[in-house]
Order: sequence, then structure tokens, then C-alpha cells
Amino acid sequence: MKAAVVLAATLCSAPALAGWEPTKPVEIVVAAGAGGASDQMARMMQAAIQKNNLMKQPMVVSLKGGASGAEALMYMKSSDGDPNKVLIAYSLIYMLPLSAKIPFNWRELTPVSVIALDQFVLWDNSAGPKTVKEFVAAAKAASSPFKMGGTGSKREDHVLTVFLEQKTGAKFSYLPYKSGGEAATQLVGNHTESNVNNPSENLEVWRAGQVRPLCVFDKERISYTSKVTDTQSWADIPTCKEEGVDVQYLMLRAMFLPGKVTPEQQAFYVDLFHKVTQTAEYKDYMEKQALKPIFLTGKDMVQFLEEDDATNKSLMTEAGFVAK
Amino acid sequence: MEAFGLLLHGFAVLLTWKTLVLMMVGLVLGIFVGVLPGLGGPNGVAILLPLTFTMDPTSAIVMLSCIYWGALFGGAITSILFNIPGEAWSVATTFDGYPMAQQGRAAEALTAAFTSSFIGSLVAVLLITFLAPMISSFALKFGPPEFFAVYLLTFCSFVGLGREAKHKTVISMSLGLLLAGVGMDTVSGQLRMTFGSAELLRGINFLVAVIGLFGISEILLTMEERLALRGHAASISLRVVLSVWKDLPKYWVTLLRSSFIGCWLGITPGGAIAASFMGYNLAKRFAKDPESFGKGRIEGVFAPETAAHASGTSALLPMLALGIPGSGTAAILLGGLMVWGLNPGPLLFVEHKDFVWGLIASMYLGNVVGLVLVLTTVPIFASILRVPFAAVAPMIVVSCAIGAYAIQNAMFDIWLMLGFGVVGYVFKKIGIPLAPFTLALVLGNRAEDAFRLSMIGSSGNLKVFWSNGLVGSITTLAILLLFWPVIDGLLGRAGWMRRAKPASN
Repeated sequence: MKAAVVLAATLCSAPALAGWEPTKPVEIVVAAGAGGASDQMARMMQAAIQKNNLMKQPMVVSLKGGASGAEALMYMKSSDGDPNKVLIAYSLIYMLPLSAKIPFNWRELTPVSVIALDQFVLWDNSAGPKTVKEFVAAAKAASSPFKMGGTGSKREDHVLTVFLEQKTGAKFSYLPYKSGGEAATQLVGNHTESNVNNPSENLEVWRAGQVRPLCVFDKERISYTSKVTDTQSWADIPTCKEEGVDVQYLMLRAMFLPGKVTPEQQAFYVDLFHKVTQTAEYKDYMEKQALKPIFLTGKDMVQFLEEDDATNKSLMTEAGFVAK
Repeated sequence: MEAFGLLLHGFAVLLTWKTLVLMMVGLVLGIFVGVLPGLGGPNGVAILLPLTFTMDPTSAIVMLSCIYWGALFGGAITSILFNIPGEAWSVATTFDGYPMAQQGRAAEALTAAFTSSFIGSLVAVLLITFLAPMISSFALKFGPPEFFAVYLLTFCSFVGLGREAKHKTVISMSLGLLLAGVGMDTVSGQLRMTFGSAELLRGINFLVAVIGLFGISEILLTMEERLALRGHAASISLRVVLSVWKDLPKYWVTLLRSSFIGCWLGITPGGAIAASFMGYNLAKRFAKDPESFGKGRIEGVFAPETAAHASGTSALLPMLALGIPGSGTAAILLGGLMVWGLNPGPLLFVEHKDFVWGLIASMYLGNVVGLVLVLTTVPIFASILRVPFAAVAPMIVVSCAIGAYAIQNAMFDIWLMLGFGVVGYVFKKIGIPLAPFTLALVLGNRAEDAFRLSMIGSSGNLKVFWSNGLVGSITTLAILLLFWPVIDGLLGRAGWMRRAKPASN
């Protein structure tokens, strides 16, 4: 079956070197559950491609969030040479192989483009402390450790929690939930004291005045200045460094094809996702979810990935999350 | 009566030809999707979601939610006719629905299922209409200990109130819990029991197991016993429908109890499955002759269907109000909402009145139209039973295989399904009940996560399960139910002694 696809793909691409195009529906593989940030992004791209007629074949979203996203990675790994599958990846491509010993290496896939960077924000309940300093003081003074909600174990949220502990000296007990949405509602319901959700995951509860952003884990503030709540915009949130807690972390959102696809096939998708980043849907989505726009491809992308991989690896090692 | 005015406004949004046509299309597609085992609501909605990208949000949600209602109605059809539950919450419907079909009362069972679905949904929609703001704040009260208490209650009610031998129920449940542990463990981030296999990474999908355990094993049993799926030419007509309806008032307690359980568990996310089992068990517990359950009793269809649909419908409320999907289908609808540019959350009810109330109005209308539609097609579905077994069996096996494959597009799942078919066959032969096994497989993971999160939060102190009135009462109730046979016996003896005393005087 796979051989047949490869054969068909090579036959199709051979005569028309200039323009390879998918000949069957393209699957956009999401390494997370329904409704999560990756799923939302995949649906946005599906809609942007369909509405703007960027591709003749339809695009289908396929959710492979099993085993905390490892399912999607193994699925891509086993799809060598199939140009009809694109993975929407995030930092799990570095972290999962380290923490759970999944036999996966992103270098085996074909990089297409980095399309966005996602921020992390420290949030607490709107009834809780109002600034980072008060929050840290309250966490230190508390009789039992503050509860920090997050997505999954030994992943971005957990790493951030460990570094927050190191920099502030406060203790947290980290509660790994299945999704960022769950972490958000648990914070609203006062079952946890704080979380480190991505902007998109806490957006609605922030707008409803139920949670408060304390600081952004980045070296500069978020650039979007239009009001999100009655009084605040994303740009009004201070960086954690400004508040005296020097912890930074950005998460990539990038597209990958399976390994062993032809350069023409890769070129088609580079072009496709470049066009996607020009659409109104994409721009609107970036602003709404407070994502950092970026478009990297080719050598730049590989260099970025290597550096990012090294950063993540050292963070994971330092946090003690690398499986032996 | 602000809600009433808003609801009328919703109907006004809805009553256009275009929306009504979309509604019919959605319902027919939904029933079709529901009838195919394993395909089910979530897949159906996922496949059809892209169709709605170019529609306005209200039309889109009306069509998709009608697919959902259609699939809910359709799911009961395979449960009753072939003992293959289309969705997790249809499992309990098979207990009495399938025996009824075997006795030639398929039409009656189908009518009962559809009617009680309708009643369950209606109660839940009424609840959503009038209590929406209050309920969404109630759902926020649920942290890990509360979730665990609810799951514990479900497990305990099964052991305590089940009709099977207790040790067999416990064996079956433990095996289910064991298999639920396969795959990634969220709390520690480690893989468990995958033995280096990439296929086992995903864990064991509940629906794959159910299709095998119920569907394939049933085919095996029928083959062995050389029983044809009995081709009773049951007279299916308006008369059957009317006679079932005439008897409805007799079961008002069951219907009301199940609606209540359903609504209550529906707004605590993830409750639809628990609701159907609990509805069934409680109906059995309070019946005068519990032994007749499982042998084709109509109440055994009313109870789980009402609870499941009350819960399935009320599960949309936390999705809209909080953005937590209560079921797989709700999760995909949630994805749809975001594509249409709406963000579910506390502000949705304020900022998008047209959409929310249009959706709620479509719940009323969709259920009424759906009920009429399925009832008029009952004869067609029931006539499937008249086709010779030799012709139907291969078709069922093939559609089971397609269903199992479609859930995750994995060939491995088909082998898994066949394996579970054999397990189901053996279990039935040695009298181990399948229901606790499937229940544990569905809720095992969530219960484990909830328990461990509670323990992390309380630094290992079990008192957290009695830390407030809500969680304390659920936990206590769970433990009471677990030891119910003992307590019941003690109460009985006490009563007997009291009666005996005056007699001896």
C-alpha cells in the first residue's frame, strides 16, 4: 500500500517537475485532543485553505492525540514517503522522546515551515494576589504548597513550574490535567491557585474576569495592543523578567511532512503554508490567540529547530525530567 | 421569564425554510451514521464539519447538532437489534433491549428507546433553558476529588446493586481497570504496559473493545447455537407505538429518576456513560422484581435511554458555558464553534444571543422532528431482523470491522476487536458480566487521574474526599451503595427481629 503511494507519487511528480500537487485529500495531523490549541489552529488552516481556494484537494483534520500526542509522532514516522500528511507540531517533538523514551526523532521528518510561536503566561484566580510579587509572597507563606495546574506531565507547563520554583524559592504542587481547557476551568473553580496556560487557553475566562494574567514568560511584552477585556490588552501584561522572575519560554508551532518525500512535494507545502500566513483568517487568528507571527523555512528553519532542541534538552535535563 | 422571551427569539431565528431543510438533512445523516456500529456521533460530526465552514454559525450548529440528535436516536437501533452499542452510553440499552428483540418485541423496544430518548432530552433542554446560569456555576464546583467521588459512585453502584455474583463483577471490573491502564499515563507522563509496541501507545480504545465484546461475541454465540436472528414477522404499526405510549405513565417514576440522574451527571462533564448505567441499576434496585431485568423488560430500555439522553443533552451546557466538552461529539462541536469565530465560555450567552438561543430552540425542534422521523422508519429497521442470519452475519462483521478501523484508522484495532470478540464469548460462557468490564475501561483512566490529582493536591490525605458537603455526600453514598447488600441484609434482619419480638410476647 505504502509502496504504491510512493510509486504513484513519483510517477505523478516526474513529468511535472515545476508543480507537484496532492492528488488525494490532505490529512493535517494534530498531536493533541479535540478543542486544544493545535486542533484550533488546524481548523483555522483548514478553513483558510478552503475559503481562499489555496489547494484543489480538500484538507481533513485528523486527531491523533493518544498517548499525549505520541500517537501522532509514531503515525508520521510510519508514513515515510506519503506526501498527503502534514503534522502540526509543537515542543512535544523534543520533549516526548526524552521524558517517555518514545523512539522518535524530528530529524527523520521533512521540515516544512515554522508558522508561529506560542507564549506562556502565569495566571491566577481573579480573587487571588494581584501582582507577581504578592503571588510569590502568598505562595511562600501558604501552609500547604500552592497548586499549579497544567497540561500533561514532564512537559512545557511542568518545566515552567520547576523553573518558577527555582527562581522564586516558592513551592508548588503541580497538577497535570489532560488539556489546557481543563486547567483553565479548574483555576476558575478555585481548585488550583494558578496555571501557566497559553493565551488562547485562558482567553475566554480572562475576558469574563475570572482569572488574572500576572506575567508573560518572554523577553518582551506581547505586541497586540487592542483591548481584550474592558481595561486590558495583551500588551498590558508585564513580562516575568520585569517583575523580577527571569524565566522565558516560547513554544514553536511548525509543520512537518513525513520523511523521504521529494523536494517538489516539500516545495508545494512551503508555498501553501506561506500563502496561509498571508490570509486574513491567519492574521485574525494570530491576534486573537496572541501568537507571535514568524515564518521560517529551509535552512533557517533547521537551524532554529536545532537551537530550540538544544534549549529544550537542557531545560528538561535541568528539571530532571529525562528518562534514564 | 426572561428565558422564555429569549427562547421565542430563538425560534424566530430558527423558523426559516433554509434552517428547517438543514435540520432534516442533519437528522437523516445522523440516524444513518448512528446505525453503523462504531461510526457513531463523533465521527459523523467530524466528517461533516468542513461542510459547515461557509455557513453562518447558527445554520451550521443547527445542522451539526441535528446530526448529533440523529446519531443519538440511531445508536439505540443497533444496540437493540444486534446487541452492538454504537456509543458508550448505549451499552446499558442492550441489557434488556436485545432480549426484547429476540423475543420478537423489537418494535416495542425501539419505540421505547426513541420515546425515552425524547423525554430525557426534553427534560434536559428545559433545564438548560431555565437554569443555564446557575448550572454553569455548579459545574465549577467540581475539582479532582468531586470527579473521583462521582466515578466511585458509579463503580460502587455497579458492585452493590448489580444482579450478578459480586466476585464476578469485581473480577470483570478489575480486568477492565487493568486494560484501561495501557498507554500513556497523564499524571506521570510515562508509558505503561505497552511492551515497546507503537500500536499499544494509543491505549485500548473503548469502542473497539465494545464492538468486539458485544457484537462479535454475539455472532459467535449465535453461530454456535444455530439460532437465526429470529425472523419474527412482528406486526409493526402505529398500534405498537400507541400501546407503548399508553403504558408510559406507569413508568413515570423511572423516567423521572433517570432524567434527574442524567441531568445531574451531564453537567458534571463526562457523565453520560455513568448516567446510563446508574439509571439502569437504580431502576432495577427499586423494581419489585429485580430478577426480571436483563430478560427483556421494557423498563430496562426506558431507564438507561432516558438517563443517557438527558445527560447527553445537558452535556452541551458545560461546553457552551465553560468550554469543557462533556462528550466526544461535544468536543468536535467545540472545534466547530471556534472555526465559526465563536469562543465558548461565560461570555457566549451574553455576546451571541442569536446563536445560543437558536441552538437551544433547535434542541426542542430537532428532538420533535427526530422522534417523528425515527418512529416512522421503525418498520424499516425492524425488518432487518427478518433477513436470514446467514446473510446478515457477514454484513454485521464487516460493518463492525469498518467501525473499529474508522475510530483511529488503525488496522491493529481490527485484530484487537476480534480478540475482544473471543474474550466476550468466553466471558459469556463462564458467566462473567461484560458491563463492569466496559465501564471500567471507559471510566478507569479518568477515575485514576482524578484520584491521583486529589492525592497530589492534598499531599496524600484521604480526608480530601470528605472535605466539603458536596464531595462528602457523594463519597458516603458511594460507600453505602458498595455495601448495600450487607446493609440491606442487616436492615432486613433488624426489621425481622422487631417483628419477631412482639410475636414472641
